[in-house]
Amino acid sequence: MIIAFIQRAIVQGIPLLFGSTGEIITEKTGHLNLGTAGVMYVGGIAGVIGAFMYENSVETINPVLAVIIPILTSIIGSLIMGMIYSVLTVTFRANQNVTGLALTTFGVGVGNFFGGSLIKLTNSELPSITLTATSNCFKTKIPFAENLGWFGDIFLSYSFLAYVAIAIALFAAFFFNKTKAGLSLRAVGENPATADAAGINVSRYKYLATCTGSVIAGLGGLYYVMDYACGVWSNDGFGDRGWLAIALVIFAVWKPNLSIFGSILFGGLLVVHNYIPNLTMASQEIFKMTPYVVTIIVLVIVSMRRKRENLPPASLGLSYFREER
Amino acid sequence: MSNPAIELKNITKTFGNIVANKNVSLTVYSSEILSILGENGSGKTTLMNMISGIYYPDSGHILINGNEVVIKSPKDAFDYKIGMIHQHFKLVDVFSAAENIVLGIDENGKYNIKESTKRIKEITDKYGFEIDLNKKIYEMSVSEKQTVEIIKVLYRGADILILDEPTAVLTPQEAQKLFSVLRRMRDDGKAIIIITHKLHEVLSLSDRVSVLRKGEYIGTVETKNTNESQLTEMMVGQKVELNIERTEPVNCQKRLEVLNINCVNREGVKVLDSVSFTANSGEILGIAGIAGSGQRELLESIAGLQKLNDGNILYHDPKTGKIDNLRDKTPVQIRDLGVRLSFVPEDRLGMGLVGNMDIVDNMMLRSYKKGKSLFVDRKQPRNLAKKIIEDLGVVTPGTSTPVRRLSGGNVQKILVGREIAASPTVLMAAYPVRGLDINSSYLIYNLLNQQKENGVAVIFVGEDLDVLLELCDKIMVISSGRISGIVDARKSTKEELGLLMTKHGGEQNE
Repeated sequence: MIIAFIQRAIVQGIPLLFGSTGEIITEKTGHLNLGTAGVMYVGGIAGVIGAFMYENSVETINPVLAVIIPILTSIIGSLIMGMIYSVLTVTFRANQNVTGLALTTFGVGVGNFFGGSLIKLTNSELPSITLTATSNCFKTKIPFAENLGWFGDIFLSYSFLAYVAIAIALFAAFFFNKTKAGLSLRAVGENPATADAAGINVSRYKYLATCTGSVIAGLGGLYYVMDYACGVWSNDGFGDRGWLAIALVIFAVWKPNLSIFGSILFGGLLVVHNYIPNLTMASQEIFKMTPYVVTIIVLVIVSMRRKRENLPPASLGLSYFREER
Repeated sequence: MSNPAIELKNITKTFGNIVANKNVSLTVYSSEILSILGENGSGKTTLMNMISGIYYPDSGHILINGNEVVIKSPKDAFDYKIGMIHQHFKLVDVFSAAENIVLGIDENGKYNIKESTKRIKEITDKYGFEIDLNKKIYEMSVSEKQTVEIIKVLYRGADILILDEPTAVLTPQEAQKLFSVLRRMRDDGKAIIIITHKLHEVLSLSDRVSVLRKGEYIGTVETKNTNESQLTEMMVGQKVELNIERTEPVNCQKRLEVLNINCVNREGVKVLDSVSFTANSGEILGIAGIAGSGQRELLESIAGLQKLNDGNILYHDPKTGKIDNLRDKTPVQIRDLGVRLSFVPEDRLGMGLVGNMDIVDNMMLRSYKKGKSLFVDRKQPRNLAKKIIEDLGVVTPGTSTPVRRLSGGNVQKILVGREIAASPTVLMAAYPVRGLDINSSYLIYNLLNQQKENGVAVIFVGEDLDVLLELCDKIMVISSGRISGIVDARKSTKEELGLLMTKHGGEQNE
C-alpha cells in the first residue's frame, strides 16, 4: 500500500511540478502569471484535440506519432496563451494580476468549449472523451521495469513525461545558477533597470521566459490527461491544480529543484485521505486542504527569516518602462 | 590636451511639455576630468543618460573619437566604451559583487565566475580599490556599492566614465579615496565626467567645468582660471549671496527632552543606545554622523514612528508649560496632544509625499482632517500649494502635476514648504538638501534659520560638515547609535566632528 501511495503521490505531483517550474521561470523575470491555471487547462485540451484528431483519422495508430502530435498541439496551445499574456503585460504593460486572472477564466472557457464540442462529436453517453489508445502510448514503460519489484514500481512506472518534468526542473535550476543567461534572467526579475543598463534585452528575456514557462506549464495539463486521467478528458476535471502549482512556487521559494520535492509532497497530501481508513467526507476535505496550509506556513517562516535569497524576485508584478521618470 | 573623446552637438530632449535639454553642445577630452555643474532640473543627468543610452535624444549628434554614432541602448554605449555610474545604483541586491560586475557581458557565452573574478582582481589592484568580491550587495555600505559600480564599468573596458553625483552619499574620507582613484584613472588616459553641484569638489578635482542652466549649455571654463563666485553666477544666472545668516539664539527654552532612549531593530541590532539630549526653542541642533548610525531611528522615534525599548521623550509645551511624554505615541496621538511637530523625512517620496498625487493633494495629506464638513476643502490646500510654489520658486507646470514628475530639489521644496506651513514648534529635517543645488540649498537653510528665529526648536540632520558648522548652534554627533559628543558649532572644527563620527572602536568604519 505504501508503494501504491507513493506512486499516486508522484502521479498527482507531476502536473504540479510542470506548472510550478513553468511559473518559476516566468516569475524569475518579474512576471506573476496568475493565468497558469488557464494555461495548463489549454495545454491539456490542445493535446486532447491533437490526439482525438489523430485517433479518428487513421485505422491503426503509430505510437510515435500518437505521442508527438498531442505534445505539439499542446505546446502550440499553451504557447498562444503565453504570447497573449506577454503581449499584454510586457509590451502593453497591463496589470499582471488582472491579466493573469482573465487568462485563467479565458483558458478554462476555451478548454470547456472545445471539450464540450469534442464530446458532442463522439455522440457518447458519458460527458467525457476517452483516448485510451493515445494514453497507452504515453504510458509505455521500460520493458524490464516490471521485473524490478518495488524499485521498478516506485521509480520506473510512470509516463515518460514524468521524467521530462524532473529533467526540466533540474535543468532550470542549473540554468538559473550556472549559466550566464540564467544570471541575466534573474537580474531582469530582480531589477530590470539594472539589467537594462547592463545591456540585457529586458523585453526579450521577459517574452522568452513567459512563453517557455507557459509551454512547460501546458505540458502539465497534457500529463494530467494522458497519465493521471488515463486519457479521459472531462470538463472541469482538472480542478484547481493550476493554483496549487502557483502555491508550490512559493513553497519552493522560487527554486525549481526544491519544487521536485515539493510537488511530490503536495501530491502525497492530496491523495493521503484515500489511504487513511474510516474518514468521513468532511475530514477528507480537511486533508485536501493541507497543501495550502503548508504553503501558508512556509510563507510565514520565509518572511520571518527574511533571508534575501528566499524572497520573491524584487520586481515581481511590476512593469518596466525605461523612460519612466 | 589630447583628442576629443566624445563630442555632443545640439542635443535636444523633451519629456512631454518639459524641455530637459535644449541645443546642448559639449566636448570631453581623454585624460581629463570634466565637471558638469548645474542646478536641479538643469538637465545634467538627462544629458548624461543620453550618452549612456538610457534616453534617446530628440535631435542632435553625438561624436565619439570624431565619428558620428547612434546610441540607442545601454548596450550600444558599452560598445563605444562609455560607462555610467548612476546616482541610484543599478545593482542587483541578491547578487554578489562579482556577479553584478559580469552581468550582461557576453564573454563567448561562457560563465565562469572564478575566471572572471581573477580578471576583476587585476582591475581592483591596478586602481587601488578595496572590495570583497564575494560579498552580497545587500550587505554592503553605500561606498562599497559605489566601488562595485565603478569596477563594473571598468571591467567592460570603459574609456569614458560618467559619475552622477558620486559624493552625495559618501563621508569626507570616502570621497577623498574616490578622488584619488579617479585621478589615477585620468592619468591612465580615461575621460571622466562627473555631475555635481558641490563647488569645492569641482575646484579640487576637475580640469574643466561645463555649466548647464535650465537645460541650456552656458559655457566651459578651465578650473584653474575660475573661482566659486564665477561658477555660481554661471549656474544660476545672477549673483547670489552664499552666506548663512546665523543669528545668536534668543530666548532658549527646553522644548524637547530625550532621555536615555534605546531601540533595537528587527534584526536584533541595537540602533539607538542610551541616547539623551535636549532640543531648545530658538536653536538649531545639528546631528552629524556616518549614514545609518541611527539618525533615522532617532527622528522616527520622536515622530512616533518607532517603538522604543527604553527611555522617555518629554515635550515641554511653550504655552501651558505642561510636560507630555511622547514615547510610544502614534503621530495622531502626538498631534492630539497639541504638539506641533513637523518632520521632513529622509525618504521624500516614500514617507514625505505621495509621488503619484499632485501638489494640492499632497498638501491635503496634512490637513484633510481639518474642519467638520463631510467633504474635503480643496481651496485652502490649493492656495497653500500656490503660495509654496511662488515663495520657494518651485519649477512645475502647475499645481496639478504629480509630484514624482518634478526634479528632486522641487520635490524637497514642496515637502519643506508644507511642513513649515504647519507652523511647528519642533521641526525635524533629515538631509533636507540632499541632491539639491546651491541655490535651493541656501533657500532651505535660510528657511530653517527663519524658523529658529520664530522660536522653533529645529533638529537638522546633515551630511555636509561645513554646512553643519555654519548653520547650527549645537552639533550632536552620533556614532553606531550612541551620542559620541555634543559640541558648540561656533567653536568646533571639521576634524573634531570627523573624529567623533568614528569614535567607539572600528567596527562601524567601512
